[in-house]
Amino acid sequence: MVEVDSTIDTKLICYHCGEPCTTEVFEAQEKNFCCHGCKTVFEILSENDLCEYYSFDEKPGVSLRHVSDETYAYLDAPSVRKKLMEFDSPSFGRIWFYVPAVHCISCIWLLENLQRIKKGVIASEVNFAGKMVRIDFNPEELTPGQLAQLLASLGYVPQINLEGEKKRTEPSNKVLVTKIAVAGFVFGNVMMLSFPEYLGVNDDDLGLRLIFSYLNLILAIPVMLYSARDYFVNGWKTFTQRQINIDVPIAAGLLALFFRSAYDIISHTGPGYMDSLVGLVFFLLIGRWFQSKTYESLAFDRDYKSYFPLAVMRWAGTDWAPVVVHDLQVGDQIKTRNLEIIPADSILLSPVAYIDYSFVTGESKPVQVKAGEVVYAGGRLLGQPVELTVTKITSQSHLTRLWNNHIFQKPEESHYKKIIDNAARRFTWVVMGVAVVTAVVWYFLNPSQMWLVLTAVLMVACPCALALAAPFTYGNMLRVFGRNGFYLKNADVIERLAGIDSVVFDKTGTITHGAANVVFVGVLRKEQQSWVKTLTASSTHPLSNLITKSLTAFPSVPVQEFIERAGKGIEGTFDGSYVKVGSADFTEFTGAREDVSSKVFVSIDGEVRGYYRIETSLRPEIKGLVVRLKEKCLALLSGDHDGDRARMKSIFPGHVQLLFDQSPHDKLDYISTLQRGGKKLMMIGDGLNDSGALKQSDVGVAITDDTGVFTPACDGILMGGKLAQLDRFLELGKSATTILKIAFGISFFYNIIALSFAVTGHLTPLVAAILMPISSVSVVGFSTLAVNWVAKRTLSK
Amino acid sequence: MIIIGLLIAVSLTIAILFLGAFIWSLKSGQYDDLYGPSVRMLFEDKKKKVEEK
Repeated sequence: MVEVDSTIDTKLICYHCGEPCTTEVFEAQEKNFCCHGCKTVFEILSENDLCEYYSFDEKPGVSLRHVSDETYAYLDAPSVRKKLMEFDSPSFGRIWFYVPAVHCISCIWLLENLQRIKKGVIASEVNFAGKMVRIDFNPEELTPGQLAQLLASLGYVPQINLEGEKKRTEPSNKVLVTKIAVAGFVFGNVMMLSFPEYLGVNDDDLGLRLIFSYLNLILAIPVMLYSARDYFVNGWKTFTQRQINIDVPIAAGLLALFFRSAYDIISHTGPGYMDSLVGLVFFLLIGRWFQSKTYESLAFDRDYKSYFPLAVMRWAGTDWAPVVVHDLQVGDQIKTRNLEIIPADSILLSPVAYIDYSFVTGESKPVQVKAGEVVYAGGRLLGQPVELTVTKITSQSHLTRLWNNHIFQKPEESHYKKIIDNAARRFTWVVMGVAVVTAVVWYFLNPSQMWLVLTAVLMVACPCALALAAPFTYGNMLRVFGRNGFYLKNADVIERLAGIDSVVFDKTGTITHGAANVVFVGVLRKEQQSWVKTLTASSTHPLSNLITKSLTAFPSVPVQEFIERAGKGIEGTFDGSYVKVGSADFTEFTGAREDVSSKVFVSIDGEVRGYYRIETSLRPEIKGLVVRLKEKCLALLSGDHDGDRARMKSIFPGHVQLLFDQSPHDKLDYISTLQRGGKKLMMIGDGLNDSGALKQSDVGVAITDDTGVFTPACDGILMGGKLAQLDRFLELGKSATTILKIAFGISFFYNIIALSFAVTGHLTPLVAAILMPISSVSVVGFSTLAVNWVAKRTLSK
Repeated sequence: MIIIGLLIAVSLTIAILFLGAFIWSLKSGQYDDLYGPSVRMLFEDKKKKVEEK
């Protein structure tokens, strides 16, 4: 193995995984590898004469650079093993693993040749569509844990999910297809047997007609009992709960048709409507299948891109480097600073930590944790920064669930849900009423048509498109926002976003961002600068971050008794020296007090050594944004002194209130006063000393640049670089609501037109059953396309 | 007319057999993975070749 400096050979590509070799290059058999793991896999494969792996696909391997040494020994515990194994006997075991890394022909080939790598594997088979591997093995030679380890060592890290292990097949879809098959089979045969009726065969063949009718009746029974079962079960369930939903009219229609036809056949008074009945079920089921396929492909389920990218500091061998939470691996060493969220279940390395679990439990009293104890994801660290070892990988969805914890819910939730619930309930009763009246009228008009008309009315009046429009419209908008760096808590926020008429800005971190210039005025020795850096690096305050950035050349050193005092400063002890960094008052600065707002003072053992003068730079795009927001832009709230007033005046037009020296509580009061005046407010801040105001406002948005701080009190997180698009996001919120209204309109229009055709007898039940799913698919399709179109047009302006 | 009854019986029986065959193929997982088998049949020969070595 030869290690080559990567700065010389930057273009080397890993033979195994195809990723560029960035840090160092490993060599084996004259081939380059990006990491030890990739090389090991290659060696395993070449030892076992499996190098064909590389011939099926170009660079098929999965990079092992990010794979951790997770141990799978816990899979061998009897209780876990029982859950995991499909079949377990002393001589034969069968187990399924979900392996998301499967992506090409080579993967299939390698995973199906496991028996050549590991003794004890009997056979293995890949389900490519489901990304599952089934392994048959000899339990005397191997354990599930060892198998998982084997897969992981090849780069195919299995995802163990003990609760959802049975999910690997989708029985519901299969059952639906079987039901469609049965209904289709019966439909075809009943149509054939109804031919004499269609053609009007002579009456003297009464015997034959009777046989055919009875055959129809027999054939329809499995359709009623099996294929259409869901409609009856669901209809009955909601009926007994004194509610009514779409399945009730369908079930009523099917029963009416079936018993009427059965009566006709048994009493020899007519052929019945069995052909209509089974055709109806057949098309209803096809519609349901088509719907589920459409929804799958349009699914607005949040993919990981629509989650905000929470970052955390990870030890990268030589220094701390930020990493996105979903890239964290078990065993990673991470550092969390004051007020930051613990991103994953971890073990504490530092001697002691105080954790606030109020986001998880609602209990705000901090919990003391000692070294070696477990800290759970979602806790917020108070005080001194701590180091942790990750023990369990976190999913972003877990943190999003925390975000959606009821503690942070705003009282006025979702109007549209109420509208839909009411509309659906009334609509269904109206439909039932219309159906009864229609039936009575047709009884006198033309009794032979009554049952068909009644069924058609019941079929066509489905308000299900109504219920689907909102989640699809808002869900897609949520995804569009996520793609553009604006992460919302949930779909309800979009509705509130549409109503916003005023925007209030926080100053530091929002209007101003980053430092144009950080200068220390005074004298500090080298190790003293290290002390300052250690203190500021432990704080999340924007000014601290700026100072830290200007001191990157100095190493961090151990600190004792670190305390961060919100709004004042930070303090700590180094080798007996007591160091304070913060405001003039905090450090007891006694000199001239001009323009102290942009200065951070340093005192050592009670003596002020000087200050950092920080000229914060404005976000370049803020001026354009303020102009575009026009009257909506209402006020600027700043916790600083008004030294910056002149500069702010140059940005904001005259009607904007500029308020300085605002404590977090002042900000909150300001917001609630405006709200009492009937304003719908959006507050934009950095989420540090304005979280109260963020929570109080109708839509609180936290601006983030390094995404280390996660404020559950806010409704949305906006990437700093995307601030300029804020007005467009507001516009899109309004568009989403408009789209939703149009979708509601389409749905109602459709139902009324179809209903009028059905009532007048111009619509057969069969056509109604076909039209029904088309209506919901068209509404869903409309809202999805409209959202994407509007988003594209608005955001590319 | 008896012949028609017979024909109906035969056609129904055959149709039921096909329905059964379809349900069996569905249950036995033949539609689960539509991609895997198509490449797996290409491996088979190569696998043997290696074993002969």
